[in-house]
Amino acid sequence: MDPSISRLYAKRRRRNVVTMALAYGATGFGLTWLVVILGVLLWEGLSGLSLAVFTEMTPPPGSAGGLLNPIAGSLVMTTIAVLIGTPLGMLAGTYMAEYGRYDKLTTVVRFINDILLSAPSIVIGLFVYEIMVAQMGHFSGWAGAVSLAVIVVPVVVRTTEDMLTLVPDTLREAAASIGLPRALMITRVAYRAARAGMVTGVLLAVARISGETAPLLFTALNNQFWSLNLNAPVSSLPVVIFQFALSPYKDWQKLAWTGALIITMAVLALSIIARILAAPRKTS
Amino acid sequence: MLSTGRRSVVDVALQGAGISAVDHVDRAKVLQRLRLGDVAFRHLTRSAALAVLIILGGIIVSLVWGSLPALRTFGVSFLYEEVWNPVTEKFGAIAPIYGTIVTSFIAMLIAVPVGLFIAMFLTELCPMWLRRPIGIAIELLAGIPSIIYGIWGLFVFAPFLQQYVQPFLITLFGEIPIFSTLFAGPPYGIGIFTAGLILAIMVLPFITSISRDVFEAVPPVLKEAAYGLGCTTWEVARYIVLPYTRVGVIGGVMLGLGRALGETMAVTFVIGNAHRISGSLLAPGTTISATIANEFTEAVGDLYTSALIALGLILFVITFIVLAIARLLLMRLNAQVGR
Repeated sequence: MDPSISRLYAKRRRRNVVTMALAYGATGFGLTWLVVILGVLLWEGLSGLSLAVFTEMTPPPGSAGGLLNPIAGSLVMTTIAVLIGTPLGMLAGTYMAEYGRYDKLTTVVRFINDILLSAPSIVIGLFVYEIMVAQMGHFSGWAGAVSLAVIVVPVVVRTTEDMLTLVPDTLREAAASIGLPRALMITRVAYRAARAGMVTGVLLAVARISGETAPLLFTALNNQFWSLNLNAPVSSLPVVIFQFALSPYKDWQKLAWTGALIITMAVLALSIIARILAAPRKTS
Repeated sequence: MLSTGRRSVVDVALQGAGISAVDHVDRAKVLQRLRLGDVAFRHLTRSAALAVLIILGGIIVSLVWGSLPALRTFGVSFLYEEVWNPVTEKFGAIAPIYGTIVTSFIAMLIAVPVGLFIAMFLTELCPMWLRRPIGIAIELLAGIPSIIYGIWGLFVFAPFLQQYVQPFLITLFGEIPIFSTLFAGPPYGIGIFTAGLILAIMVLPFITSISRDVFEAVPPVLKEAAYGLGCTTWEVARYIVLPYTRVGVIGGVMLGLGRALGETMAVTFVIGNAHRISGSLLAPGTTISATIANEFTEAVGDLYTSALIALGLILFVITFIVLAIARLLLMRLNAQVGR
């Protein structure tokens, strides 16, 4: 064979080997971070995990305590946020997939919704601060819940629209052919067919907001004591982690790690459940 | 079934819909009620869709409104002044803007090639049975809340960089012009460089999963034809897959960039919160989101608060543009696939 050609072959093969090695390396690199982060989290968090974490209040520096009030605060605010955000998001998604599938409005809403989906959450915190905290004159749990709800809405809109679009039109036609009005067709037929996917969307939204810190910093603020009064500052797990981790006290930092472990496990569990629910169909 | 007499299909449907005793009430009334219900539901869903637009409008209006005092006081100079002094109430945004852009740039510099290589691995090299687990693992990285990256970065990653990586970089680039400034010591651990690296880890999953999705959409015929000509895997990826998926990949990269620009908690932990522009990447700095997170609750005085909201407005405008470009590109791609 012509030596210049075999040189070319060798070069091409060499380049292929190098880039394929890079591809393996890149994947190893990506997976390493997952292992390292989860490993450190388990290592640091498990040692502090005890029953007291779930039964005692956040302590002053230097004494023992738990994370009961931030856990309760997070649960309450997350629940309210989902209760506000889910119906709104589902209705909007319903309009986009059912009534206005070919509307101009739908295209615009979809575009704006996609931007809200990845908008910086700290900006949403500023927004809620302006419309609620500044108006009411004090930080409050309601403001925290509303800012989380603003994050829930685009997630639910997106999944609702996607899931309803996947419902076969023959089901709709069958419903229409027996004389069902559209509203009943949607609520009794389309929602049922898309139920698993829509639940997945809500779970993903919960996973998303349970770790959100930035929008809570200046809406719900923080509260060292047991308080579920939503008209006053409410403690939340992410904000407590933020505060405790940056503190100079060793026992606070320990609690921050434990809180971080609890949040991560909750979020990972939620996303795995969501994945299992959505498994039969390809989503997103 | 025909013997149902007067009962028409509508009655059956109405019964199916849970409205019993149809025969005893006026059919016209029931139908009217259903029609009204339908109209009401239609308007309800429509207003919910409009509410999404109102939320965005509300964000813009409230940010502009809140930042008016600062913008009125400082004018355009807010955008390029470096001073940030709450005591004398002089504020300029260039240091946080610089930090935001540089950290995101470092993040993209690392995450884009790595993400593309992972996507290539997942679509071309990985054995079938491993694809799903690895794909899920990478996506789990995306699900980890940003505060976790922050606490990990502060206690584990930054000390590691300070001890091992940064001294190495400082001596490595010590003699080379430009680079010696970029990597001038001392190694603080926290700073622009560390924040950029953490952002890279955070946006990696976004870029990877979108690239993988668009890579998978390449018609197998194209790849098979190239393989048939004797192309290597790399050549197929470089000359067939990448050109075919260019628009989608750029869209995914912009989406990752949008995340990196707006990311708050992970950066706040490791950036050092110093309002100055330093020639060295290893020096502490700040970003828009970190400044807001660190200072907002402690801001006293309307002008200070307003300056922070103005920072938020700048951040929102930047990310809005980036995300809008990303979405337009991805929409164009979907239109192509649909055809």
